[in-house]
Amino acid sequence: MKLLVCISQTPDTTAKVSFSGDGTAYNADGVQFIMNPYDEWYALVRACELKETLGGTVVALNVGPAANETTIRKALAIGADEAVRINAEPKSAAYTAKQIAEYARSQNFDLILFGKETIDYNGAEVGAMVAEYLDQPYISNATSLNLSGNTATLDRDIEGGTETLEVDLPFVLSAAKGMAEQRIPNMRGIMTARTKPLTEVQPVAFDDNVKAVNFTLPPAKAGVKLIAPDNMDELVRLLHEEAKVI
Amino acid sequence: MVLVFAESPRGQFKKAAFEAVTYGKKVADMLGTSCAALVLGANAQNPGQLGQYGADKVLHLNDAAFDALDSQTYTAAIAAAVAQTGAKVLILSHSSSGKTLAGRLSVRLGGGLVSGVNALPVLNGDALQVKKSVFSGKAIATYEVSGAVKVLSLMGNAIKPENLGSAVSAEAFSFSAPANRIRVKSVQTQEGTVPLPEAEKVVSAGRGMKEASNWGIVEELADVLGATTACSRPVADAHWRPHHEHVGQTGIAIRPNLYIAIGISGAIQHLAGVNNSKVIVVINKDPEAPFFKAADYGVQGDLFEVVPRLTEALRKFKTAH
Ligand SMILES: Cc1cc2nc3c(=O)[nH]c(=O)nc-3n(C[C@H](O)[C@H](O)[C@H](O)COP(=O)(O)OP(=O)(O)OC[C@H]3O[C@@H](n4cnc5c(N)ncnc54)[C@H](O)[C@@H]3O)c2cc1C
Ligand SMILES: Nc1ncnc2c1ncn2[C@@H]1O[C@H](COP(=O)(O)O)[C@@H](O)[C@H]1O
Repeated sequence: MKLLVCISQTPDTTAKVSFSGDGTAYNADGVQFIMNPYDEWYALVRACELKETLGGTVVALNVGPAANETTIRKALAIGADEAVRINAEPKSAAYTAKQIAEYARSQNFDLILFGKETIDYNGAEVGAMVAEYLDQPYISNATSLNLSGNTATLDRDIEGGTETLEVDLPFVLSAAKGMAEQRIPNMRGIMTARTKPLTEVQPVAFDDNVKAVNFTLPPAKAGVKLIAPDNMDELVRLLHEEAKVI
Repeated sequence: MVLVFAESPRGQFKKAAFEAVTYGKKVADMLGTSCAALVLGANAQNPGQLGQYGADKVLHLNDAAFDALDSQTYTAAIAAAVAQTGAKVLILSHSSSGKTLAGRLSVRLGGGLVSGVNALPVLNGDALQVKKSVFSGKAIATYEVSGAVKVLSLMGNAIKPENLGSAVSAEAFSFSAPANRIRVKSVQTQEGTVPLPEAEKVVSAGRGMKEASNWGIVEELADVLGATTACSRPVADAHWRPHHEHVGQTGIAIRPNLYIAIGISGAIQHLAGVNNSKVIVVINKDPEAPFFKAADYGVQGDLFEVVPRLTEALRKFKTAH
């Protein structure tokens, strides 16, 4: 079985967010980058677990510059067998999806896994786009995945509940909490990651219909209004009269 | 024409659909055109009601194949409706079904997509400029979207549904769907409570609760407020509360009108999922808890005393109003 996991690199969750003076670009100075948690903890770990029990290979794919190789090696240390880096700046979800789809089309993966969204641009777009390019079913926000022969059983989060469904390979999914548990790479994983293949692929041309105009920081909160712990009537009054939320 | 895909999970239109139609109508007004809503599925309850929120017409594909969501069949039907109506803008909800569909549709229609928009667009020639929240609520981005059909998905609670028209009678939309490839086996719903992404009021508690058996005071407060309960990640990890209550960076992101945080420190990953709430109330005994910096109202005190007092005060308020 051949599994593809698409991993993105995002600023560390605690990184301070700032932009260039004219507000058109993210300021990456001094920012620590990590593998997008949904891709790592849920999609990648579940793919590795499936491969370990059922056999096969896990390919980790990133669209990004050479500087992303630390993140890619981490995916190999966690358990992916090989990695591919499409050598391009991931300008937008549409651009990234096009690159991934072009690569995947020629490779006949049984299953392609995404994270439910990236924690920087919060799009939840790329997985669905790739599924459309490949004309395959897409299950978003999957919280469990089991395979039996050619058929997968999944749970997915829906509004106010969970849906259990079946679908035949090949298909595309995005992974959310519940799918797997975070895995810390061990020493052996880290050592073998160095020798696993990492292939560089060149991007295809693609014209985008979406461009970022600018970024701003949200207006600062006015500051907290403190209410004495023995005066909850006052809090209720403020919520009613001032905040108008009750 | 602006086309709105109005979702009706398990046959019911929810706030997300009314918000999307209201938004669609306002975009249509800006563009000097009309707004149509598309409804899929045989069990959709009274599609014509969408007229009240501004749909000039409602197209209803009355076919039981659409009672379960398969993104491929849905995409085919929605794309057919875009073609039939000649829509230049397609609006969806940024919900679980919207997230399954929006990316597919943007590829199918050859247009640009901005997902999770939270305000009305501004026209720039033939393009639309729209805002959305990025970096888990730590910044706001403006994107410009062009292309033959522009696809926007609307963040929940970003705008209020408004009465912009009156009920219409739905027109039948015919489309012969390809067979579903996804087989839905069962659906489990949390009946009785408003799901977190839709909730207008949320009462959330963290590790400060000490143990699962202490949650009675939280539930009672939520009950009096008519709020949905949520929790921080360690609480869900410890199985004190169900996983679907976990909010934050790795759980669900919410934007209620009122978020009450009880015994939660306010770590950045928690804030990432809740900092778009309109009003935040923090109850914490530690004056240094980072959450106070993100709060509108704060109570520094022992939650085991403060929460029952707040519940009592709300009961009194409810009887008086
Ligand atoms: C990559 C990553 C992703 C994460 N994602 C999430 C996420 O999605 N959601 C999330 O919540 N966390 C997330 N976390 C964890 C996060 O960093 C914090 O560890 C977590 O939010 C802390 O939970 P807490 O506030 O309930 O507990 P604590 O930090 O232990 O805080 C408990 C609070 O309760 C207060 N308290 C204690 N007793 C009382 C009392 N009697 N009365 C009043 N107050 C009291 C304390 O003063 C303290 O402030 C993530 C972490 C990482 C690294
Ligand atoms: N540059 C990238 N390279 C590889 N995969 C990516 C990239 N960007 C996004 N993805 C994948 O697409 C998912 C959804 O991303 P997004 O649509 O940006 O929220 C992520 O969780 C990743 O699995």
